[in-house]
Amino acid sequence: MSKKLLLDKINVPGIKTFEVYRREGGYQSVEKALKMQTGDIVEEVKKSGLRGRGGAGFPTGLKWSFLAKPEGVARYLVCNADESEPGTFKDRYLMEFIPHLLIEGMITSSFALGSNVSYIYIRGEYDWVADILQAALDEAKQNGFLGKNILGSGFDCEVYLYRGAGAYICGEETALLESLEGKRGLPRIKPPFPAVKGVWGCPTVVNNVETICAVVPIINEGGDAYAKIGVGKSTGTKLISACGNINKPGVYEIDMTISVEEFIYSDEYCGGIANGKRLKACIPGGSSVPILPANLLLKTAKGEPRLMNYESLADGGFITGSSMGSGGFIVLDEDQCVVRHTYTISRFYHHESCGQCSPCREGTGWLEKIFKKIETGKGEMKDIDLLWDVQRRIEGNTICPFGDAAAWPVAAAIRHFRDEFEWHVLNPEECLVRNFGLAHYADALEAVTS
Amino acid sequence: MSVQFSPEKLDKINELISHYPEGKHKSALIGVLHIAEEEFGWLSVNTMDYVASLLKLQPIEVYEVASFYSMFNLKPVGKYVFEVCQTGPCMLKGSDQIIDYIKQKLNIGVGETTEDGMFTLKTVECLGACGYAPMMQMGKFYKEHLTPERVDQIIEECRNNSARNN
Repeated sequence: MSKKLLLDKINVPGIKTFEVYRREGGYQSVEKALKMQTGDIVEEVKKSGLRGRGGAGFPTGLKWSFLAKPEGVARYLVCNADESEPGTFKDRYLMEFIPHLLIEGMITSSFALGSNVSYIYIRGEYDWVADILQAALDEAKQNGFLGKNILGSGFDCEVYLYRGAGAYICGEETALLESLEGKRGLPRIKPPFPAVKGVWGCPTVVNNVETICAVVPIINEGGDAYAKIGVGKSTGTKLISACGNINKPGVYEIDMTISVEEFIYSDEYCGGIANGKRLKACIPGGSSVPILPANLLLKTAKGEPRLMNYESLADGGFITGSSMGSGGFIVLDEDQCVVRHTYTISRFYHHESCGQCSPCREGTGWLEKIFKKIETGKGEMKDIDLLWDVQRRIEGNTICPFGDAAAWPVAAAIRHFRDEFEWHVLNPEECLVRNFGLAHYADALEAVTS
Repeated sequence: MSVQFSPEKLDKINELISHYPEGKHKSALIGVLHIAEEEFGWLSVNTMDYVASLLKLQPIEVYEVASFYSMFNLKPVGKYVFEVCQTGPCMLKGSDQIIDYIKQKLNIGVGETTEDGMFTLKTVECLGACGYAPMMQMGKFYKEHLTPERVDQIIEECRNNSARNN
């Protein structure tokens, strides 16, 4: 059983309430932090090796240390709770079932960064979750953990909720800040980075929900203790939201030493593939990261078991590897169609493109159209090359990483499952009623490495 | 101007504005548009102009935001809006069949409203409930683990005015 730092108390009855959360040891990190020097708190987070849990995996302590501190200018902490990456529902789980953990993390982190007013930007669709958080915020305030002069420390802090209104792009931090200013969520050109010029032109740190929650055990137990969990640069624990054709979809907290195979087949986690089917493919880190066929998922190209951590999932780069991403783990069984699945992903990116950069605005539309053509049995062989060409022209040519996120799944689907695309073209009627079988990808490893 | 918020909603709006620094009241816009949808069901040009005057913004600043975010309805919708997720993880669990079932059951297409004004069907992209797929949003709440039987039950609850979360 993996050590749990975030979810260990999630099943305690009444943990949503301040009273129970406090009785179970909650808000100790605030008491401890308020007695520390802010620089020392940042140091602990650096030592912990914590990496941003939203998808990019950037070291959190380093991000915090970049925050500019000009005299007389307000600084802001903004929590990114705009969880929208297909396959990802871990932040919702934290906020819905243990809301005080995020609020505790927000207060501790706000103190470390010198933010007297902090915001939680929650996706608009999580309407009832916002109510749960608001109730928890009200309780925290009634109990003196928010407001003026918290616990007599002289530190003032307010945390406000901000509900988005349905835009995946607002998960990109500069788009999120634009949205927080009451505008369209159009990503900004960087630099300047938010740490220098963020919301309303003030220095701002934007962190994911899970990242901020992880600050709590780091302060409680120390950065070194946190760094001892896991392996290499994958320290601490990570939440994985598992979905698709598995027996036990849900949110799991893992220490990053377990293998992908154990994660999929162990009863402690996914519990194996549903309905006795076989594993075909998996997207291990949310819709943006490359899909991997079963053989490359379970073992790296070097033949080593693949582990559920940043380094191992990325082993082989995008040719034979993938990425930890946001921890959205989407499993496809042998009956699933990779072309159809990738089509829905491309439709998603087309729908969500903010329209600011031409390669993305136009390219995502092309991707969706060509996919639809192939998926509905009207495709030609040259369409597969056209898909490849279009995604290549999006990647790296946009202001924000959205373009890459739209391109990568398409590239990986063609790279590993080209014969499935070809089968659609060659069998225009059959592909409407039947999915391409399993046999084709057994040799995938050889094909891509030769 | 024909639209007007109730005093309670105006209080809520002033509370929202107080969350932001002096002069940064535009940040309250999305929140105010949510309140407007709650109050009026959808965002008409009249409503958006009213919001603009309330927040001392140009109407275009409101239109451009309202038209960017997919949650805002710029056309009237039914009393109950079924927003069925159709992205990858939900597709794997049969969202296409659920959408077809609702279409047939309510005799409407995607984007349409039933003649009695009760139901609107929309398809949406990932709502962050992938482990509980297939699913849809209905107003404030998520309806998860959908099956045709569950859809029947939800429709029945709506008709009896007893719809609730999950």
